[in-house]
Parts: sequence; C-alpha cells; structure tokens
Amino acid sequence: MTSPKSGTSSTENVTQLDRVTIRFAGDSGDGMQLTGSQFTATTALFGNDVSTLPDFPAEIRAPAGSLPGVSGFQISFSSGDIHTPGDRPDVLVAMNPAALKVNLGDLVPGGGIIVNTDAFNDINLRKAGYVADPLHDGSLKGYNLFEIPMSTLVARACDGLGLSSKQVELTKNFFALGVMFWLYERSMAATEKWIAEKFAGKDAIAEANKRALNAGYAFGETTEIFHTHYRVPAAKLKPGTYRNITGNEATALGFVTAAKLAERDLFLASYPITPASDILHQLSGYKHLGIKTVQSEDEIAAIGAAVGAAYGGAMGMTTTSGPGMALKAEMLGLAVMVELPLVVVDVQRAGPSTGMPTKTEQGDLLMSMFGRNSDSPIPVIAPATPVECFTMAIEAWRIALKHMTPVVYLSDAFLATGAEPWKIPQISEMPSIAVKNAPESQGGFRPYQRDPETLARPWAVPGTKGLEHRIGGLEKLDELGTVSYDPDNHHRMMLLRAEKVARVARDIPKTEVWGDPTGDLLILGWGSTYGSIRSAVERLRERGKRVSHAHLRYLNPLPDDLGEILRGFQRVLLPELNLGQLRMLLRAKYLVDIVGFNLVRGKPFQIGEIEAKAESLLGESVEVGR
Amino acid sequence: MTQSELPVLTKKDFESDQDVRWCPGCGDYSILAQTQKTMPDFGVPKEKIVFISGIGCSGRLPYYMNTFGFHTIHGRAATIATGLKGARPDLMVWVITGDGDALSIGGNHLIHAMRRNVDMKMIMFNNRIYGLTKGQASPTSPIGKKTKSTPMGTIETPIIPLNLVAAAEASFIARSVDTHSEHLQEMMHRAGEHTGAAFLEVLQNCNIFNDGAWRDFTDKSVKEDRMLVLKHGEPMIFGAEKNKGIRLNGLQPEVVTIGENGVSVADLWVHDETDPDASRTQILSRMWWPDFPVPVGVFRRVPRPTHDQLLVEQVESAKAARAAKGPVDLQKLLAAGETWTVS
Repeated sequence: MTSPKSGTSSTENVTQLDRVTIRFAGDSGDGMQLTGSQFTATTALFGNDVSTLPDFPAEIRAPAGSLPGVSGFQISFSSGDIHTPGDRPDVLVAMNPAALKVNLGDLVPGGGIIVNTDAFNDINLRKAGYVADPLHDGSLKGYNLFEIPMSTLVARACDGLGLSSKQVELTKNFFALGVMFWLYERSMAATEKWIAEKFAGKDAIAEANKRALNAGYAFGETTEIFHTHYRVPAAKLKPGTYRNITGNEATALGFVTAAKLAERDLFLASYPITPASDILHQLSGYKHLGIKTVQSEDEIAAIGAAVGAAYGGAMGMTTTSGPGMALKAEMLGLAVMVELPLVVVDVQRAGPSTGMPTKTEQGDLLMSMFGRNSDSPIPVIAPATPVECFTMAIEAWRIALKHMTPVVYLSDAFLATGAEPWKIPQISEMPSIAVKNAPESQGGFRPYQRDPETLARPWAVPGTKGLEHRIGGLEKLDELGTVSYDPDNHHRMMLLRAEKVARVARDIPKTEVWGDPTGDLLILGWGSTYGSIRSAVERLRERGKRVSHAHLRYLNPLPDDLGEILRGFQRVLLPELNLGQLRMLLRAKYLVDIVGFNLVRGKPFQIGEIEAKAESLLGESVEVGR
Repeated sequence: MTQSELPVLTKKDFESDQDVRWCPGCGDYSILAQTQKTMPDFGVPKEKIVFISGIGCSGRLPYYMNTFGFHTIHGRAATIATGLKGARPDLMVWVITGDGDALSIGGNHLIHAMRRNVDMKMIMFNNRIYGLTKGQASPTSPIGKKTKSTPMGTIETPIIPLNLVAAAEASFIARSVDTHSEHLQEMMHRAGEHTGAAFLEVLQNCNIFNDGAWRDFTDKSVKEDRMLVLKHGEPMIFGAEKNKGIRLNGLQPEVVTIGENGVSVADLWVHDETDPDASRTQILSRMWWPDFPVPVGVFRRVPRPTHDQLLVEQVESAKAARAAKGPVDLQKLLAAGETWTVS
C-alpha cells in the first residue's frame, strides 16, 4: 500500500506517500483505542481521507500481557479517496510482546515496527509464548525495527511531577502517539487540547500526558533512529465543512435529525449490548433536544416500551445487537400486526449466541427478514459506510412513518466503530418526513382503513376524540380492526400486510451500478463490505477488467430494478460476512446463479481478497461463457 | 377543558360493542363490571384512558372497554405501558394482567415497572391457574396442586404477589375479591386515584379449571372470620363478632381475641397505608388462612415521583440548562467537535 511518490528530499529527509496504514497495538489497558482515535482526529483535521478499524477484545481487561488481551486500532489515511481501513498495516506500533505476536503476521513485508522495549521482559515474553526475544533473535530481519524504551523515557519526562510510577507508565501511549505525530508530520495541538479538557482539574496527570506526547515527538525529531519522516498530503475532498465520525455517532445523529424532520418526539428504549450501546449513550445525552431515553430491564422490555411510545404517537425505537434482536422477535411480530411505526437498530456482531461480541459480521439478515412466527414482513435497510449511517437512519424513519411499519436497520460492528470524514449536511436542505395523526372523529372510525397508495393504516393515537378503538396481536377484521377468525379475512390480511411492505419498493431510489451497466462481472454487496468491494472494483477496472459494483441499501423490499441489473452481467459475485444469506434470498427471487464469497472471521474483507476472488472468477468465465 | 365542562359519563359510556366472551360464571365478569362502573369516577375523558393487557383470559378485558385498548403479548403489557406513559404522561394507563402473565412470563417487567413507579394501574386477576390454556399450574398455585401439567402435584412454592411487589417498592398495593363487588369497586377507585405504580390483586375464581380456589375464606358464610378488611388508621379487627384482632409482636403478627388474656383494642396493630417501611407491608402480605385471616384492602400507599414525571423533569432541566447558553441548533450539534473546511 505504501507507494513512495517523489523520493526523499536530502535536506529534510521527507518521503511523500499516497497512503499509509498504521496499526497501534498493545494491552487492552494500554490505551490503544484512545491513541488510535487521537491520531485519527488529528489526521482528519489535517485533511487526509481516513478510515479506521478498531479491534478490541470483549473483556475490558484480559490478563495483562496475554495474547487475548491485545487491543488494536488500525487507521488508513490518504491523499486520495479511500474506502477501507487498509488490508495490511505498513507500520505496527507494538507496546508489548503479545501485541507484536498477534499483529506481526498482518504487517506488509518490510513494514515498520515500533516497539516499547521496556515491555519486552522475560515475563511478558513468556506470556506471549515467545521462547526467544524476537527483538534479538533475528526473526524480525525482514522488517524495519525501531526499538524505543518508552517506559524509561516517560519516567524521565515526568520526573518531579509527584506521580506514582504506575500513573507515569500509563502515559506511554501518548509517547507512542508523539512519535507517530512526528513521523507523519502531524500537529500535536488537537491532542494537547484534548488532554487539557479531559484532565481538567488534574493538573499533574494532564502535564504528564502532555510531557509524554512531547517527549515522543522530540524523540522522533532528535534521535537518529528514524532516517526519514513521511508526508501524506491532504486529500482533495469535496468542498464543505467536515468532521470525523463513527457509524454509531452518525446513526444517533441521524435519528435526532429524523425526529426534527418528522416534527415528533423521539423515544429510545434500549438494553445495553456491545456494539450498539454507544447509540443509547449518545441519545441519552440529548435530553435538551426533548429526546427521552429509557434503559430497560431487558431487550424485550426495550422494544415493548418502544412499541408503547409508538402507540402514543412518538417515534419509538430500540437499539440492539444479534442476541438482543433474537429476544425482540415476538414484539416485532406484534408491531407488524398492529402496524405501528417503529425502528429497530441491529448493530450486528459475530455470532451465533454470544459469539465474538466486539467483532463484525453480517449474520442477522435472515433473522431480520424471517425471524418471527408466521409470515410477518418488515422492511430491512442497511447503511454501507459509517457516514451513510446518518442518511439511512433518516431513511429508516421515513419508511416507518410513511408506511406505518416497523423497520429493521442493520448496521454492524465495523460500521459502528469505524470512522471516516463526514461532510456535514445542511438540515435545512433536507425534505420533511412528517406524517399526520388520524384526526378526531364523530363516529365510524376504522382503524385499519388503508391509504390507497401505501396501504398504511391511520395512526390513531390515544387522546384523540372519537378514535377509541382496540388493537392487539389477534387477527384483525379488514378495515374495522376488530378481532376476526374468519378464514378468508385472515388470508386477505396476510396478503395486505405483505403487499404493504412490497410497495415500499415504489418509494426507494434506483440501484446505482458503479462502472458499466453490463459486463463480465458484477460484484454485489450490502452493508459494510462497501469499501472493500469498491476498492477492489477500482483496481480491477484500472487493469481493464469489465467489472462493476452495485451495493444494496434496501434489502426488503429489494429494488425493482435489481433483477435486470443482475442479468446484465456474465457473472455475479456476492461477498458477505456470513455464509451466504443475501445470496440465498437473491437466488430464490431472481433465479440467477450468484456466486458467493463468504468469510466469517469477525473482520471486514480485505480488498485483496475480493480482488483475488474476482480474478479467479473472471478466469473461469472465459471458459464457462454463457 | 375545565372540570365543569366535562360531560358526565356513566358505566354505559365505557361498554364497548363487543360481546363478552368469558365462560359463564367466570369471576372476570364482575371485575369488568366494577371497572366500567369505576371509570366515570376520575373525570378523565374516555379517549384519554388506555387499557393495556397481556395474554390470558384477563387479556380480553380491553376489548370490552370503550376506551383506547391494546391487547399485547404474553407478559409484556407493563413494558408497553412504560413506553406509552413515558411518551404520553397526559394519558391514564391501566394494565390488565393475570397470575401467569404478570408473575411468570412477565415477572421481570412487573418488578421493574414497580421500582420505576410507572404511573399505571395494574389489575392482576389471580385465579391460581392457567385458564386460557386450559388448566396448567400457575406461579400462585399452591404446592401439591394437581393440574394437567402437574398430575402428581406441583413441587414449586407459590409466589405471594403482594410480597413481591412490596419488595419491588410498589407505591400502591391492594387486594380485593371478584365477588366482593363493593369492596372491589372501592379498591379500583383507590388504585385509579393513586399517582404512580398501583398494583391491585383481585382474587378471582376460575369456575372451569380451578373452581373454589379462594372459597375457603372468601365465601359469604365465612369471610367475616377468615378475612381482614384493612382500614387506614384503624386497628386490625375482624370476625363476625368483631372481637378478633391482629397484634404485632416484634416482626411476628398474632391473632388475638379482644377481651381475653388482658388484650384490648389498644394492643392491636393499627393499619397505616402510608408506612414508609415496606417490610411491614410484607408481613401483612404473608398473612394467610388458616393461620391468619387473609387481608384485603389498601396495604400500602406512599407518594413517590413517577417515572414519567422524572423523565419529563430531566428533559425540562436539560432544556433549561441548554437554553441558558443560547438557542438549540441541531445544525451545530452535527458539527460538534473538531471540524475542518475544504474549499
């Protein structure tokens, strides 16, 4: 990935690069997520395009120095447009032997390794399973190794502050950050400001972190172990004001904005679950915007409260991840039956069962589609990038309100925690998504009388005179909404509920095919695989291959134009971080022999993996033809 | 609308057009009638009243009320009520549930609705059996009870519902009997008047699957001697002769006879609904026939801020704090943190 452009300047010893991928790795107590996010914020402010992949264990603090306790944060930044956090890091910052051991295999050949030599003692080496010290046994010969006694240096820098050695040791991540800031010509200003705010009132701690940061920077500048430093010029992003944002942050802001555009109150009830909790946290901090949040006693109570709020005319919603989604199934079925608007966010994580809670997967598509008793159709949508989480959150509400239906919004751990620059949109330019409540009535109100276009039923909220009526999970008599066991009525209502959701397809954008509308290979994707697929297709097309990319945001109902698009290509490849869930749906619906590419390792696809799979298919397609 | 402008409603206004479909002779008929009779008491327009139920025979009740009604899923009515009341504090919310619905599948929600003090009035029909599923043991079935699912008798200790909700800090706790219609009506009225989570247990007879479950002490011929009607501020006296009472000896209640062994009315436990210590409510809730008369009435009624009030208070105080810093601008919120401009 590192591609030197203009060589080194002899006076400054600066090498210009298009793109660099760095991985910070250390013990889960070493502050690697913080180091990574500080480097990301500064890099985004500098004007690079950035993409990040935090990778941390589910345990808050696994045993210190152990392999399962290693926490990593990968950031890729570029002077051009990038879509992924990079396949393999160019530089690895390893704070201890375990971090080195876990991550070395991913590093590019000849890549840089920066280690804290103070952590390479006998105990830590043994915990990491090293028989010999890798820093001295020649096993790192193929890499560019930089050995820095970080703990010793921060101890020296913080001398006289009156802090314990343990407190001082905790600042070594800022030393590493300082080194990286120097190495990549970043300013320390944003991090210094952050330190001042974070440790306000704790002067000694603030000073220690600041000194560690500066010491790291100065170390890079004055010692001779780095022969050069690197310049990644700012990217040419579209004009506008930008900020750095993660998928979960964008999702939360999308819901706040949706409430504004719908002119209704947002009511969130959730039960804490990784990796969705951040959305609950963030929305809980927006009470000044009139947002009500409840931390429920369990997942079922959370969706129950959301349904109750929706029944009362608010925008009731809940956020969860796979195991919680499984618990919500029955209540989702009730929402289908009573036809109330509701948004359920599933930030997917690796399963089944508890699985790997902090790792990503796209395993909940079929559960979202079908994981309820009987035929109980629900629109399902999925953002493709962290930034897109904002617009798709608004889309979820637009569809739920207009079509009076629960909507499932499928994010995943990679989108949720990954960050990228976001061109901040203007709310004033966004269309209203407001809908009206059913008006007062003098009698004869029919709670299931449908809108002729969308088939949505009226939103008859309690407190409205003349609308007193009873709803529930029992089958409804068409239009009147009273309980009915009539066989023909049940059949009709099943068809009506299905047709209502199917008609959402009239109300969604056309599928964009990037590349040519026909060709040898279409790589189709959904959700967070967007970046890897797009980058792979870019590379393939640069080599003259007739490959295009289409990415689905609307999974139920599928866009009307999809069948025709699929048939425009010799082959269709569908990479998914599951064992072929969308592929099963599409093959069933369109009878197109889509080829799956399925990896479930808890990690996003690497660009190279998709590229290689596409190349092998293209090789085949010459023989297979059509 | 001021009070004087409110139309005067009657029981008839609260009857829906649906045919009532409980088994003939079911105790639910009486509960429904008392519910409809009580509703006009509160001066709340019927469109502002919502009945939410779970699953079970009790779950049908909302269909028969000419108010807003939501027949939800098994055990979860309290969760829906929590969301509804949270979003719409202006509504009067009633929850109708049963012993299986509230104590078994919905046990967790019951506890949390009570501790949160969700402003809802929960009426639990306790018939000690699963009626709608045709006769299996419930969490209140007595140990040894033979049912279709427990042919050799249950081996599980029953839950004492009022003991449970007292432990969960319920702010209003009461008990009545389906056939004691005047008392039941009074209890429904008291529950409706309470602000906060009200829990009313109604001892209800399922004449098909568990006939006579409460008859030993609720029957007209014996109830005077076997039940204790709690009255706030009054000594606990019972018996056809009004000569028996309850004395509290430390944490141990005792049945005493007034005038015997030097016992006078002054020695009796004086009932205090507003006792802040729920442990005495629990002592009362554990009194049971044949060791004790079974208490009915309001066990506990304490003021406590409701969940919806606190939700609104937090929103309002956050708004006020924010307003002091200038108008809320969502556009600015989107641009929170560090930003940069590309031209």
